[in-house]
Amino acid sequence: MITTLTFYQHYWWFIISLLASLLVFLLFVQGGQTLIRQLGHTDTEQSMIINSLGRKWELTFTTLVVFGGAFFASFPLFYSTSFGGAYWLWMIILFSFILQAVSYEFRSRKGNLLGARTYDLFLYINGFMGTFLLGIAVATFFTGSEFYINRDNIIQRGAPVISIWQNPMHGLEAIISPVNIMLGIALFFLSRIQASLYFIGNIDSRPIKERIHRQLYRDAIPFLLFFITFITIVFTKDGLQTDPLTGIQSVEEYKYIKNMIQMPWNMLLFIIGVATILTAIIWSLNNPLFKKGIWLSGTGTVMTVLSLMFAAGYNNTPYYPSVSDIQSSLTIYNSSSSLFTLQVMSVVSLLIPVVLFYIFAAWRAMDKKPITATEIKEGGAKY
Amino acid sequence: MSDLFPLVEMSRSQFALTALYHWLFVPLTLGLSLIIAIMETIYYRTGDEEWKRTEKFWMTLFGINFATGVATGIILEFQFGTNWSNYSWFVGDIFGAPLAIEGIMAFFMESTFIAIMFFGWNKVSKKAHLAATWLTCIGAALSALWILVANAWMQYPAGMYFNPDTVRNEMYSFFDVVLSPVAINKFFHSVTSGWVLAAVFVLSISAWYLIKNRDKALALRSSKLAALVGLAGISIVFYTGDGSAKQVAHKQPMKLAAMEGVYDGKKGQELIVFGILNPDKKSYADTTETFLFKIKIPRLLSYLATGSTEGYIPGINNIIDGGYKAEDPFTGDTTITLSARERMERGKKAVLALSQYKKAVAANDTEAAQYAEEKLQQNYDSFGYAYITDIAQLVPPVPLVFYSFHIMFTLGIYLFILFTAVLFLTYKRNYERYKPILYIVLFSLPLGYICLESGWIVAEVGRQPWVIQDIMPTYSAISDINVKSVTATFWIFAIFFTVLFIAEVGIMLNQIKKGPDPQNR
Repeated sequence: MITTLTFYQHYWWFIISLLASLLVFLLFVQGGQTLIRQLGHTDTEQSMIINSLGRKWELTFTTLVVFGGAFFASFPLFYSTSFGGAYWLWMIILFSFILQAVSYEFRSRKGNLLGARTYDLFLYINGFMGTFLLGIAVATFFTGSEFYINRDNIIQRGAPVISIWQNPMHGLEAIISPVNIMLGIALFFLSRIQASLYFIGNIDSRPIKERIHRQLYRDAIPFLLFFITFITIVFTKDGLQTDPLTGIQSVEEYKYIKNMIQMPWNMLLFIIGVATILTAIIWSLNNPLFKKGIWLSGTGTVMTVLSLMFAAGYNNTPYYPSVSDIQSSLTIYNSSSSLFTLQVMSVVSLLIPVVLFYIFAAWRAMDKKPITATEIKEGGAKY
Repeated sequence: MSDLFPLVEMSRSQFALTALYHWLFVPLTLGLSLIIAIMETIYYRTGDEEWKRTEKFWMTLFGINFATGVATGIILEFQFGTNWSNYSWFVGDIFGAPLAIEGIMAFFMESTFIAIMFFGWNKVSKKAHLAATWLTCIGAALSALWILVANAWMQYPAGMYFNPDTVRNEMYSFFDVVLSPVAINKFFHSVTSGWVLAAVFVLSISAWYLIKNRDKALALRSSKLAALVGLAGISIVFYTGDGSAKQVAHKQPMKLAAMEGVYDGKKGQELIVFGILNPDKKSYADTTETFLFKIKIPRLLSYLATGSTEGYIPGINNIIDGGYKAEDPFTGDTTITLSARERMERGKKAVLALSQYKKAVAANDTEAAQYAEEKLQQNYDSFGYAYITDIAQLVPPVPLVFYSFHIMFTLGIYLFILFTAVLFLTYKRNYERYKPILYIVLFSLPLGYICLESGWIVAEVGRQPWVIQDIMPTYSAISDINVKSVTATFWIFAIFFTVLFIAEVGIMLNQIKKGPDPQNR
């Protein structure tokens, strides 16, 4: 067994990045929730869309929960600092996911107290807030947050908290940062693009497919605009550099583009990822028979997000920079669990390919035939 | 420290609110998934369509309940970070692992196969569907396993040491954490209590159908199976409950004393079967009589907690005063207990030693650092007592714990009798003819919920003030957040969870009135 702590810290940053990228891919469910009325003009069409998404929502939800749990286990100081500090940002995200969790099951049931339209509104709120605010949260990995850490505070029996958030808005300040907003909006539109591509393969309805064609243009243009702007800002901004020997942080010009250049494989991953997303959109627009767009764009999304996460956490870069006190910034070295815990968790992580395999097998089995209007009208289990 | 109290209390209230709601839905998921899986197995083996129809009916109710359980569950996990951030760092090295494993091993299994269970009837083979149903059930049980491992560790810390360099506890034995006797006992106790609740749920709804003289085949089949599952469940609950009492007597004697309202303990301690606490008794320190009225069984508490009718059970005052002999049931070692004041002194010494260690390390003084670390480790078992400012903080709210324990215990016995009676009547008699029994079964549903919630209160309120037994009280586990924010989120959750609860009950009632889908006949 490999016994270097550094190896496991890198390995666990890879796992966290993988979970984050899978989560971003699966946010197509949220994107789809914001398209129900645009793409579905009749009750049956809307029901087809909701049932198509309803068979996948738990995967997104579970990935978010596992992402949180894995972060807790591998980098507990992040869990402690970010969740406790950016309290309102995370609470609003979580609240939007509570709305989602009940809406599919409750919306069409009699006696649901609030009426189907309210639950559909909940789905929209989750679709928008979930993607936009998760984009904001990820953006803070590059733009930083205002916090201060002193592990020795536990000795202060009157005020024993080790992570102190410096901004009294407790996370709301991140939501009004223009750069963070860029990524939030980009993620919102990306999730809608992916939802459209998913519907193409999963719903058998000519009118919906025609609307998707128009919708893809509407979502692709703002996505590209906001994403390119965000990337340009990040790649041209200063970042922090960690001295690998002392752990001391210092400001470095163009840190993130340097990370890409110093890790050319990561640059390649990023370029291929973005190109794959664009290819998926263009092919789907040009070829009405192309139904695999979701897999192509999903692969591209996973590659792009992985690459951005690697740029945020590898190459001696603090993945959670503090703008209040740069020495408090969190790196994969100073915020991780112990070697023993990371080793134990690494053994458990060997199950991830098995999990991915059975998810893929179940997905294929369920989606062999696309959803049709007849299936929705016939009864049986549906949302 | 006093500035922190409103924040601590509000954070605790929010966590308790979420956990109480979560614990309304999760046990039913655990138990109903088992009942559904058994029903489908019978259908698979016999090909009897009536079993499929029966299963699909309960599956609909399962789905409605499952959604609300998921909604409350996500908040619980993230609240460790949002409201207990100090805790998250101090023990995240140990506590985070079960949570992550829960996600990887259990949640994905549950969420993947539940979709097949609901929507896969015509999309996968009968065998694959059966496998999906069982995997959903196993996934639910596995998720309970890991969160209960984490919870058990908080009540019985094991397999870890304190690292003064990182200022946190770190794991050295994963197996000590996972296979701790408290974790194993807690897992079986909690999961089988879910079987009990699901059994009451199925029996109660079936009884309503029988009273209304409709869907008799479904109701009778369901009742037979539910009574069996319920009886098996409650039997295991009793067995593990006994184990739990012994563990609590050893590791959390204050909790046991509160459960039984014992202030001054003795050898051959009686068990209070029924009691009314004296509301004038405000503090452990006053000499007011504890009970206004009590019915007791001599020596039984000693026997249940220690295995001997002459076993010594310390009361709240004895625990605070210390000086009695305590035997570790796992190792057989006997120690003389320390008083609360001595433990508070030890806790302060541990914190001071940590402070000296940090200074010595900063000054590169190896010898002083080594000395300070030795002192720290010598006193670390009382580390959390350093944050206790008043001995009264060490006493959990006795009336709440006492009444909750006795409600749980009494209802447990009642449910045992109920399951036995229904089982007898369904197998040996014409159950549907016993209308008074059917009404009793119908109205037993809330009692099942009260029984389980009471159990949760005993386990979680009884251990106060400790978030990690003896190591970390709630006062030092919090996040640096203002109390207004926590108050706001508390009310948002309180209102929303209540609305969801009402909606769920409304949907359930409608679904029950509607009955099984005629298309599935």
